[in-house]
Amino acid sequence: MTLPNTTSTERAGLLLRAWPLQLLPWAVSAAIVGYAFIVGGYVATVIAFALVYVVFVTGLNLFMGFANQVSFGQNAFAGLGGYASAILTTTYNWPVLPAMIAGIVLAVVIALIIGYPTLRLKGHYLAMATLAIGLITYEIAVEWQSMTQGYLGISGIPPLGIGSYEIISDRGQLAILSIVALLAVFIAARIKSSRMGRAFLALGASENAALALGINVSRTKLIAFLTAAAFAALAGALFVHVVGYVSPEVFGLHMVILGFTMLYVGGIGSIAGPLIGALLISLLPEVLRGFKDYQDLFYGTALILLLIYAPRGLAAFFERRERTGSAS
Amino acid sequence: MITRLSINNLTKRFGGLVAVGEVSFDVPVDGVTAVIGPNGAGKTTLFSLISGFLPPTEGTIRFEDDNIVGLTPDKLAARGLVRTFQLVQLFPEMSVLDNVKVGQHLHTSSGLLAAVLRPRATRAEEAQVEAKARELLDLARLSHLADRPAKILSYGQQRLLELVRALAAQPRLILLDEPAAGLDANESKHLAAMIRQIAASGVTVLLIEHDMSLVMSVADRVIVLDFGRKIAEGTPAEVRAHPAVLEAYLGGVEIADV
Repeated sequence: MTLPNTTSTERAGLLLRAWPLQLLPWAVSAAIVGYAFIVGGYVATVIAFALVYVVFVTGLNLFMGFANQVSFGQNAFAGLGGYASAILTTTYNWPVLPAMIAGIVLAVVIALIIGYPTLRLKGHYLAMATLAIGLITYEIAVEWQSMTQGYLGISGIPPLGIGSYEIISDRGQLAILSIVALLAVFIAARIKSSRMGRAFLALGASENAALALGINVSRTKLIAFLTAAAFAALAGALFVHVVGYVSPEVFGLHMVILGFTMLYVGGIGSIAGPLIGALLISLLPEVLRGFKDYQDLFYGTALILLLIYAPRGLAAFFERRERTGSAS
Repeated sequence: MITRLSINNLTKRFGGLVAVGEVSFDVPVDGVTAVIGPNGAGKTTLFSLISGFLPPTEGTIRFEDDNIVGLTPDKLAARGLVRTFQLVQLFPEMSVLDNVKVGQHLHTSSGLLAAVLRPRATRAEEAQVEAKARELLDLARLSHLADRPAKILSYGQQRLLELVRALAAQPRLILLDEPAAGLDANESKHLAAMIRQIAASGVTVLLIEHDMSLVMSVADRVIVLDFGRKIAEGTPAEVRAHPAVLEAYLGGVEIADV
């Protein structure tokens, strides 16, 4: 066996070089949120939406990044969570927190009903089935007017808050959303380094090997799917209470495309990826606003360059030293 | 002789092709049993049938006291029947240590909530999983690479990792699909020693192998397949002198080489 034996000093050197780079996505994220907090106003609103997407994309990452499955239908669960919370707080006068929880429970139940048969499908079939879920949810939001008010949407949704205490200010919302987003990222990190997380990663890498080691693959996929649905529903519920309004367009297919972009740019499978991806992709249109008519062109070019030079996303790009290291 | 695995009249047809035809043999609890045969003899199909990855067309497979035909691979692993693959199936992005931890999935129970809240029982379970994984990595001489991604391992190291990962599942019967494929002479020797050690610890070993030197050095019994049929069975010495075997191996060139 011809292995370069890394001595402890070499390894320490490797860590020293790798450590600050790995921290970079976190530092940049903190700087962006901090800046928005200080500046307030419009920037704070943009970053507030970005933080909601951090929750959504973190869930997507569990299912797509860890378990290596494809879902085009996560917007359906965001829609379910958002609409349930919006309807319960407006039509039925529920307090915000129980309404949000009810929305998440509803989304998970629906995800169970849909996921149980479809997760037995593989590859493209699963992707097509999930795409259908998103489209059906959209149609229901449009057609079930007595509940959803169709295209008009529901307005006057109360802001986030507990009891009589409502968080109305930009900065207050930013603070609570930062906490929730960090909590989501923390949960994903804990899952990744646990028995279930390892099972997600294992079936994502080789279903046959996972099966051969006794992992119930379809059940484990279902657990990953339900968890991702819960994250999506939480994001959807946060969204409607932050904006105060919901319409079918809010949870359209563009949400899936945006979520995918954030996930791939940030770094699929990594913990910091959804965070940095959601923040940067949300900021990009603002940064490119100066280019006016050429905005889309620059946006597209920026994405292509990112995917060429950091194909595994920004978070993985900064981890690269550690990954390929010295032994090979 | 106590039997761990008993195969009776096992047949697998793909359309008109008989990949495995009316094969019967017993695998005793003790020692190492090898299945050999020329390319296309049906060895890997046989393994896929035993490990639940393919359903047989006919016949029965008894593991200990039960007919296991129809059980999925994960259920079989839970019963103590674990396999490795001819093409190494590691989890390449996961660390070497985490690969072995996955092997212990069956013998641990923490769920998602425990993952997030990490109560004491979960932390204790995790510590145990880690200790056991490190122990197994010592056995494979891979401890110094525990925290590296599995994909950086050499081919031989990957094979050893797959083997100890399977051991982590605590099988009573382990199926090794060409464990020496791609190994150099030194690695092959280390592997042979490990296989003897596994068998000595009470785990029944059933392996498929092309590498005759490995078969002759580790196997207690050899079953020879040719065109999906069992053509001979016996000790390595008996089998290498068997006329049908010499015939199957084109005048016995491969065996005579050993």
